[in-house]
Amino acid sequence: MKGKVLLISISLLFIALFLLFPLLVVFSEALKQGIDVYIAAITEPDALAAIRLTLITSLFVIPINTLFGLMAAWAIAKFNFWGKSFLISLIDLPFAISPVISGLIFVLLFGSAGFLAPLLDDLHIKIVFAVPGIILATLFVTFPFVARELIPLMQSQGTAEEEAALSLGASGWKTFIKVTLPNIKWGLLYGVILCNARAMGEFGAVSVVSGHIRGLTNTLPLHVEILYNEYSFVAAFAVASLLTLLAIITLILKSLMELRFDRHRSENQIKEGESV
Amino acid sequence: MSMKITDLSMSYGKAKIIQDINLEIAEGELVALLGPSGSGKTTLLRLIAGLETPDSGNIMIDGLDATKWSVGKRKVGFVFQHYALFKHMTIFDNIAFGLRVRPKKLRPPKEAIEQKVMELLQLVQLDELASRYPAQLSGGQRQRVALARALAVEPKILLLDEPFGALDAKVRQELRKWLRRLHEHLHVTSIFVTHDQEEALEVADKVVVMNHGRIEQIGSPIEVYNHPVNQFVFSFLGRVNLFRGRFQHADSASSVGYIRPHDVMLSHEPRNESDMKVIIKHITQVGPLVRLEAEDAEAKNAIEVEMSIQQFKELNFSVGETVFANLEHIKVFQNA
Repeated sequence: MKGKVLLISISLLFIALFLLFPLLVVFSEALKQGIDVYIAAITEPDALAAIRLTLITSLFVIPINTLFGLMAAWAIAKFNFWGKSFLISLIDLPFAISPVISGLIFVLLFGSAGFLAPLLDDLHIKIVFAVPGIILATLFVTFPFVARELIPLMQSQGTAEEEAALSLGASGWKTFIKVTLPNIKWGLLYGVILCNARAMGEFGAVSVVSGHIRGLTNTLPLHVEILYNEYSFVAAFAVASLLTLLAIITLILKSLMELRFDRHRSENQIKEGESV
Repeated sequence: MSMKITDLSMSYGKAKIIQDINLEIAEGELVALLGPSGSGKTTLLRLIAGLETPDSGNIMIDGLDATKWSVGKRKVGFVFQHYALFKHMTIFDNIAFGLRVRPKKLRPPKEAIEQKVMELLQLVQLDELASRYPAQLSGGQRQRVALARALAVEPKILLLDEPFGALDAKVRQELRKWLRRLHEHLHVTSIFVTHDQEEALEVADKVVVMNHGRIEQIGSPIEVYNHPVNQFVFSFLGRVNLFRGRFQHADSASSVGYIRPHDVMLSHEPRNESDMKVIIKHITQVGPLVRLEAEDAEAKNAIEVEMSIQQFKELNFSVGETVFANLEHIKVFQNA
């Protein structure tokens, strides 16, 4: 009993000190000089540009990574092919390497001294230190979220329902829409939410490819850093509070999702259990 | 629909799952694919459905080469072992699925679909459960939903993978009879996979006995039971006593004799000189049968004997008694 109280107290204290306290600091620093200053800080043109760029980035990244995550998970879960385990490891690659390195890869590929520089120059396409580079780097870093979430789920569900649908004459597309998607929707949403949180919050990779051009290639996290380095603490914390809010919303959605997801899964397990 | 399978083979890596299968199925037949697990029977069923692709060989459906046809084009109704019902749909929607996913031109009007589904629900005696979800049904009910769903698209052939495998003994018995009746009523060509010889013998018109990816014997239930062509079929279709190369009819030491427990006749006095002297070790009653375990007085081999309760009462055997076993129904196979 004593041990239990002790353990819980230590955990709570730790959480308070390292998670809750910083969270409070963000908001208290942001609102230190009153609400007017706070609002001014997040509505000045550079901040708005950063918000816009962050939104644009995730607007591109989320659909693309959802689509590719779905396809990769589908291929891995429903088919057997040579090199499958290699593909699974490859999907984890962005998790395994430092985001800074991820950013550097794109600079080396598309930068002015990069591998593809001559070609891009001819076509007058600018990738590094521009929006396309930011989107590419974010795509790379957030690729695993949807696929990782879906692979175990789809593997555990097997292919029987899809086969049943096909044998009843459904086309591949209808089978996906009417049978597969309803079965994975919670897992998919969960993956998308995590992917979005990371896409909006990514710093390292984006920092390398962005070039930090104010009002043009600064995302929210980069904008926070610049403000901070300029000693505009209140503004930095005000913008940071936006990202913090995003994190809190993500957390709430994630918990709700997990609740639905678990209930869904345990229902399925009861079904399995009964039929045996 | 009639079907002709020629030289069908399939391997998975190095393992040969299906080897040189030749099989003809006539319109309206009810066929059982019977074999132990790993004999390739489910794979053969999936090949027929188009859920697997063969390495070589042909499948002809109604005289047309269907080997390369997709699952949808073959117009088969497939009932999966664990039913594979759509968890997120009601029973009604499950059964209606096959009709609703048709292209617009071929899709029946809404009322027609509704009527068809209700008819099928009545056929499988589940009309009151239309708005339930699969999770709320018992195993036997789910099985019948799966069947109704497969029948909704009016398949030319019905394929059932271990249809009663996951059910308890009593429900199994009922569903077996029900399936038999249903087949008589609908007359759709049907193939079902089972590892239960009793099920195959009781339900099917034709039994296909499989082992190691090959067909061992094809015949009516009576044929395969009474005239098994080899040792495997003999021992797989029921209980057997096995004698190796040292009994009356044996020509050589490499021959093996098989006799079913109910074909062994026991008596208190020898009926002819070749009768075997045995000692009764155990007597147990299994339903309407009495099963006696005896031991060969000389070689100490165990022999199993079955007889009806009436017979047992008339003859009145007891444990420890020495009696005579008549083995005239023994069937001898030469070991290759």
